[in-house]
Amino acid sequence: MIGRAVSRVDGPLKVTGGARYAYERQDFGRAAVGFILGASVAKGRIVRLDTAAAERAPGVLHVMTHWNAPAQGPRDGSLPDQFGRPWPVLQGERVSWFGQPVALVVAETFEQARSAAALIDAAYETEAGAFDLASHAHLAYAPRTAAVGLATDSVLGDLDAAMASADVTIDQNYTTPAHFAQPMEPQSCLAHWVGDDLHVRPSAQGVAGARMALARTIRIPRERVHVDTAFVGGGFGSKLRVHEEAVFAALAARVIARAVKVAQTRRQVFTITGRRPETIQRVRLAASRDGRLTGVGHDVNMQGTSREEFVEQTATVLRSLYAAPNRLTRHRVTDLDVGLGEAVRGPGELPGLLAVESAMDELAHELGLDPIELRILNEPERDPERNVPFSERRLVECMREGAARFGWSARAARPGSRREGDELIGIGMAAAIRMHFQGATRAAVHMGRDGRVVVRSDMTDIGTGTYTILAQVAADALGVPLARVTVELARSDLPPSPGSGGSWGASNSSNAVHRACESLKEKVFGSSNASGFGRADLTSVVSRRFPDGVEGEGSIVGMADDPNYRNFSQHTYGASFAEVAVNTVTGEVRLRRMLGVFAAGRIINSKTTRSQLLGGMIWGVSSALHEAAHVDPRYGNVVNGDLAEYVVPVHADIPAALEAVLLDGIDDKANPLGMKGVGELGVCGTGAAVANAVFNATGVRVRDFPITMDKLLAALPPAF
Amino acid sequence: MAPKDIDRRTILKSCGVLAMSVAAVGQPGRAEAQVQVAPQLGPPSIATRLTVNGQEVAFDLDARTTLLDVLREHLDLTGTKKGCDQGQCGACTVHVNGRRVNSCLTLAAMHDGDTVTTIEGLASPSGLHPLQRAFIERDGFQCGYCTPGQIMAAAAMLEEARRGAPSHATADLTAVLSLTDAEISERMSGNICRCAAYPNIVAAIRDAAEGGAA
Ligand code: FES
Ligand code: FES
Repeated sequence: MIGRAVSRVDGPLKVTGGARYAYERQDFGRAAVGFILGASVAKGRIVRLDTAAAERAPGVLHVMTHWNAPAQGPRDGSLPDQFGRPWPVLQGERVSWFGQPVALVVAETFEQARSAAALIDAAYETEAGAFDLASHAHLAYAPRTAAVGLATDSVLGDLDAAMASADVTIDQNYTTPAHFAQPMEPQSCLAHWVGDDLHVRPSAQGVAGARMALARTIRIPRERVHVDTAFVGGGFGSKLRVHEEAVFAALAARVIARAVKVAQTRRQVFTITGRRPETIQRVRLAASRDGRLTGVGHDVNMQGTSREEFVEQTATVLRSLYAAPNRLTRHRVTDLDVGLGEAVRGPGELPGLLAVESAMDELAHELGLDPIELRILNEPERDPERNVPFSERRLVECMREGAARFGWSARAARPGSRREGDELIGIGMAAAIRMHFQGATRAAVHMGRDGRVVVRSDMTDIGTGTYTILAQVAADALGVPLARVTVELARSDLPPSPGSGGSWGASNSSNAVHRACESLKEKVFGSSNASGFGRADLTSVVSRRFPDGVEGEGSIVGMADDPNYRNFSQHTYGASFAEVAVNTVTGEVRLRRMLGVFAAGRIINSKTTRSQLLGGMIWGVSSALHEAAHVDPRYGNVVNGDLAEYVVPVHADIPAALEAVLLDGIDDKANPLGMKGVGELGVCGTGAAVANAVFNATGVRVRDFPITMDKLLAALPPAF
Repeated sequence: MAPKDIDRRTILKSCGVLAMSVAAVGQPGRAEAQVQVAPQLGPPSIATRLTVNGQEVAFDLDARTTLLDVLREHLDLTGTKKGCDQGQCGACTVHVNGRRVNSCLTLAAMHDGDTVTTIEGLASPSGLHPLQRAFIERDGFQCGYCTPGQIMAAAAMLEEARRGAPSHATADLTAVLSLTDAEISERMSGNICRCAAYPNIVAAIRDAAEGGAA
């Protein structure tokens, strides 16, 4: 059962429209509708907010502004559980970013709420703000830590000296734009009060965080908040925390004593929901003539805000990637008056590997070395900064396997040398590495007298396949058919998990479920012979001896409490390969084919895993070629804040010749099942593979991502 | 379709009221006293009949209600998704009189007498539609939020291709259309999948097309 290509158990619901997402739930009768009004300036003060016309508009039930908003728990950036921090709305007349919510209109219908919101007359006294990173980069400061508690800086040896004495050096700046997750389901929440109990249907990646954040914001005990987020229309980091829509729904539902639902409009998802910070990255590589790295350096300056510190772990990608005696990696933050920085798929790895793996390609070119050979030459035996062994290290295997499958040997070493009509053709590769995390997780498994099995965890399925893989894990451990297993997820009355996000959900919850199954079997058979039983045994013993069925509980500890985290450097690996065609007349880059080869320990479901990796690879392609949020340096608004202007990949951008291959294996240091995650891995390095293919095709190196036509065209050789 | 209870005067009058409240600078507490006439400028409701998934429905709703919101908010057919409400993502794709449309971009009142099919109406009593089966088999989705739109668009697209309608990817307009992967991708590009299940969606559509499905 484990490893098989099982189709999603929730597939029939999803293809028939039967899966209900937050805003669509009908749990509390007909809900009133809230519509958020955002500020039309980025920095300043509200000087007028006349709601009289809105209040009188047909169907309007309530208008909430900073004058009448209920008291809420104050923001507290010092609370360690980032996603459980209070998230108060309408805290006064200050406006700190463009689109900041300044009012909520609640009405009987969406049309009424929206049109009444347009009747609110708001005026602002504006102040000059800082909106672009480049012209404020000198204001950067050193944060206390990077995300996930990772060190701000790492220093080994003397990078400057290594650069000064090296045969060959690379010292380049790369820039990456503000980047939005934009899941297809906008951030939404339905809320309803029953007495002092708040029932919410948010769109959330984690139940525990949503529950805690709402409890602290509304100021009620955590036990009084009841969360259910059975189906989530994608997250990619942007639903790790609940945003204003959830707080608004909860507050308004209490005021009008009726269920209220609020969704961000698509344009609001570009203002209220956070972004991956824009970065300026300096990568330095020092090497001997034969290709051995003597120094590596990665300095990252990213945008922040004074409202909440978020330090994407971008400068960590080099720390375990290549061997070199002299090393320096640093995170710096420049506060701007823009939307919050938040985790977006591949936090740190996506922008970090775009820069670092482009630089490695530049070095290979300088040295006249094959890019794969250069990487193999600098393969470390132990973690080069922590000086502990790797739990497993399969990067070279990924590169060799990928090279053979992709036909890497056909690559023309000289850039710009392969031409087909108006098109220049090139291929490129990049390496991928992604830290493996582990979070404290519990699960329960129940087997009834009838042999039916129910798996319970508050873990979410945001498209990650949790319903399916946990059923597989339980079916495998208990020796029952998959159809006998039901998986209940994403409710706050279920055993807690840290949710989805950070590529740890599958391994956290699978291991907890696996252990719950072990404990169930132990209860049935006693500890002495928990193993070595047949299928008939367990179900027949349960049906004979346990009239109420039997329940097992299992858990896995967080990484801070797991000695294997101290003793081993744990990662997933990959190598991606891309072929592009660059039109010399238009500068358009078309991806022709792509391959990723990945190693992520044991795989529970080869079908859903492959899908997640392919999706990630497309995100990588998009980071190289398409996506960028453009902030107006005068007004601080995202000028391309919708799905027409913010260019995400569509069908026509992605060729059918895209493949993800998983190397078989088990990482026995990682956890009992030997599995790791793939949610981020697909985005790691894939952008750089495309960028390196563009260089191979054209000889033009664009370091300001994404590589759009305007940046390429000027530098391209003449078309005819 | 001219709304009878809005005339030029009420519009002008209500604009006047708006202008007055705009004039109440910085004194929100006083705004109320200034407005004596407060016309309830509600939009008209419009009686509309549709056939949705084979069933006749009649409603009398706010003229601003989109077809999408009629389905989701009033008929409880939430299988059709709202991804952008701006015609930019395709999540809201349904069939109107057999053609695919973005239901967020069209007002319900414009469809009096029309026949609408949503994802809830695609399967037959005997089982799932071949596209639905193919999407499950090929894992043509992850979160599932774009999926109803992808499937409805695909069903209509296969019909368009069968009729020989060309696309941007059609090299030879005189030849018999062959539904290559490039043709499928081009014709499906109005439907965004942020989970980026594109290769699997194309494979599912190819399977369904080759099986003579849809
Ligand atoms: S919701 Fe209609 S196109 Fe996006
Ligand atoms: S399946 Fe998630 S957006 Fe397509």
